[in-house]
Amino acid sequence: MKIIIVGDGKVGYTLAENLAGEEHDVTIVDKNPEALRRAHDNLDVMCVKGSGVSGTTLLEAGIRETDLLLAATSSDEINMVCALTGKKLGAKRTVARIRDPEYANELVMLKSELELDMIINPEQAAALEIVKLLQFPSAINVESFARGRVRVVDLKMTNDVPIVGMPLKKIASRINSSVLIGAIERGDDVFIPDGEAIVQAGDTLYIVGNSINTFNFCKAIGKCTLRIRRVMIVGGGRIGYYLSRIILETGMKVKLIEIDRERCLELSELLPDALIIQGDGTSTDLLESENMHDMDAFIALTGRDEDNLIVSLLARQAGVQKVITKVARINSDSLIKALDLDSIISPRLITANHILQYVRGLKNAATTSIETLYKTANGQAEIIEFLVKQDRWYLNTPLKKLKMVKNTLVAAIVRKNEIIIPHGSDDLHRDDRVILFVKGLSPESLDDVFQVQEPL
Amino acid sequence: MNHRAVIRSLGIVMLCEGAFMVPSLVVALFYREGDAPAFLITIAILLLGALLVPIKPPKNGLYARDGLAIVALGWLVMSFFGALPFVLSGSMPRFVDALFESVSGFTTTGASILTRIEGLPHGILFWRSFTHWIGGMGVLLLTLAILPMAGAGAVHILRAESPGPSPSKLVPKLAQTAKILYILYISLTLAEVVALLLAGMSFYDALIHAFGTAGTGGFSNRNASVGAYNSLAIDLIIAIFMLIFGVSFTLHYQLLRKNWKSFWRDEELRFYLTVVALSVAVITWDVLRHQLLTPGAALRQSFFQVSSIITTTGFATADFNTWPALSKTILLALMLVGASAGSTGGGIKCIRILMMLKLIRREMTRMKHPQIVQSIRIGGRQVDSEVLHSAVLFILFYLTILAAAVFLVAMDVQDLVTGFSAVLACISNIGPGLGMVGPTGNYAAFSDFSKMVLSLCMLLGRLEIMPVAVLALPSFWRRVSI
Repeated sequence: MKIIIVGDGKVGYTLAENLAGEEHDVTIVDKNPEALRRAHDNLDVMCVKGSGVSGTTLLEAGIRETDLLLAATSSDEINMVCALTGKKLGAKRTVARIRDPEYANELVMLKSELELDMIINPEQAAALEIVKLLQFPSAINVESFARGRVRVVDLKMTNDVPIVGMPLKKIASRINSSVLIGAIERGDDVFIPDGEAIVQAGDTLYIVGNSINTFNFCKAIGKCTLRIRRVMIVGGGRIGYYLSRIILETGMKVKLIEIDRERCLELSELLPDALIIQGDGTSTDLLESENMHDMDAFIALTGRDEDNLIVSLLARQAGVQKVITKVARINSDSLIKALDLDSIISPRLITANHILQYVRGLKNAATTSIETLYKTANGQAEIIEFLVKQDRWYLNTPLKKLKMVKNTLVAAIVRKNEIIIPHGSDDLHRDDRVILFVKGLSPESLDDVFQVQEPL
Repeated sequence: MNHRAVIRSLGIVMLCEGAFMVPSLVVALFYREGDAPAFLITIAILLLGALLVPIKPPKNGLYARDGLAIVALGWLVMSFFGALPFVLSGSMPRFVDALFESVSGFTTTGASILTRIEGLPHGILFWRSFTHWIGGMGVLLLTLAILPMAGAGAVHILRAESPGPSPSKLVPKLAQTAKILYILYISLTLAEVVALLLAGMSFYDALIHAFGTAGTGGFSNRNASVGAYNSLAIDLIIAIFMLIFGVSFTLHYQLLRKNWKSFWRDEELRFYLTVVALSVAVITWDVLRHQLLTPGAALRQSFFQVSSIITTTGFATADFNTWPALSKTILLALMLVGASAGSTGGGIKCIRILMMLKLIRREMTRMKHPQIVQSIRIGGRQVDSEVLHSAVLFILFYLTILAAAVFLVAMDVQDLVTGFSAVLACISNIGPGLGMVGPTGNYAAFSDFSKMVLSLCMLLGRLEIMPVAVLALPSFWRRVSI
């Protein structure tokens, strides 16, 4: 597919990296030659220097034959004009990043008037992600599939967890809860386990099941889930605002620390129910005087990764149960992992996931379509939800008789409202939703996963 | 440096070269002149390159340094093995001669140490010309087209091997770009073969001359080069195809996409054609002034020689050694200018000369208006100051190397013209120069030392200096370069 990305910033670069990695023809447009050089040297993409709102530049980038235009510059307005120009010049689909909360109420109108196919708002997406974590605090991360019917919960194993040292096949008999362990992350590596794999301390398990079962599983292994009532947020940027607005509605109490007085006044006007405190959120004195250790959750959302990491460590030391840290630069992932922080949020990674999901959905044929896609474990593994739309040869055959590509696992089948954690005798039907763990490959449809067996 | 990735790439280059030698083997077997064993042995040795391919690089990324090393070493390896058939078949018994001929072939120079070409086995002559064709577009570019190698960092290989100040991709995917370039290259070569066949050349001769033209090399299988055919049609076909191969392949791609406007509006192309037209006019006038030729012959000869020299091919239909001084001076100047960036030709390249002229004009305007702010534009687009900077430096570096090599070669030449033009013809990848190395002469009389210096000049010229020059830096080879 031919894709033009306008704006070679953090989001644009991450998108280009992922899309070029999936064999798409990516062209990047930006005004800044330095940024372009970096992309040109490190990625297999074409770079065009110029403004994304200029028709000539877009034509030079090949807008007429483009399947998808992604406008991801730092300015919402440029993105809108760019997407509109692109559409008029012949781009088949356009996606624009619009993130200013002031546009939030007009998004539907903007979308139809600008003929946008999708709007991305990394900050809002990040806020929604954090909300999910707050609702399931013992997990590092929670992803929902099949419209929330299936959950994938990432749990970190510590020494006090009873299942440590047990092979997977014994866990099922010990804990009476219908869940499946889809993947295990150990160190920098991730693998899809079989029944013999033994859980070790320090592993991250990816648990698949419906919400009740995953909850029970957590309870059974002693990762009891507390309810979060008091939340402290450091940094009143866009994510902080979106997040506060959502969690205030769910009845949590929010204490928001922001350093800029003007912004504080603005926030207090926008969020009348939140407690807004003006001050330096990285100062220990302030955090303690605002009794950080009494908080159920602590969320670091300042613009500086270093500050976020430091205050998160402080909060962890103070005994806050749930600490969520925003990290913009994901290159230092392995280093951050070593820090013993549980939940890391990266807005651009979330956005990249959304776009990838959209692009893959466009690409594949009508047979099986991708409904949800989630990249996990540093991008090494993917969890994909497929919807089986047509009769395929692998349907209605017990799974144990099908040969699957290596490093893939059918983690759950959703048939109408029933969730099946599959065993060898289960089979796939039409209109099923299939949740799949894969490592090391990017299937576009279920056809890529099942190997045709030679007739004997 | 990613040593393993470099070694692996060298293995791939060896395999590619082995595959490239197969057509020559077929020719040798067809004519049965006793040169087939030489090819068989060389191919067998090259197949050993397969042992290097399974080496897995520790990490996948290639950086600028790796790209430079792969290209420079790849070319050295290729030239070395390319010389083996010449030695083994006994056509050029001395290895230094064979290496010179092989480097001259791959770098599309066309400078020869052979005093008598006719009479050598057909297979050997075919290989000699085929090296032009391979070297014109570049072997590593081909490996990029057919192998999904190294992913994104491979752009450094394209940059190191392709001529021009800022080689760029035609389409987003590097592999696709390489494929398009090769498809254009092959189709244009085939077109020339067909045209030459129609003009009455034999199939074998047509292939030899099409390879020489496509790579802008200039090896012929006749002692008297293209002049031996004495046919207006052949002269015209070869002259026009030489000019075509001297144009950037990016522009050919624009033509293919029916993008006529951007083709004719290209400033480098206009500059290139203007230089050709002016040189032809002045040389014709100069030759007529001295009453050396009839008007028709003067125009025909000057057009052929100008096309041959500016595109750095080096075919000849006349001995321009006997031409008047003004004409020879113009040809020397054209040797320095060279073809367009992104073509298969050598030299400094038109675009850099154009940038230099514009910089000079800006400096002159600055004398009048000291506070002026003016950007340099080419084709209506502003040129980054960094690109300008490196273009000027390139020209300086080019001239420095030229001067240094002239000193080294001066030890064993009779006259200054021969020494200077030999070095210039080698570094600009042309082939024939003036004096002793003129169109009717050759490089046989040089000492081994001079032949090595000239071979190095050819490689420096073909790879545009930097990839070869950095090999000389000791720090380049250290695993950790500080």
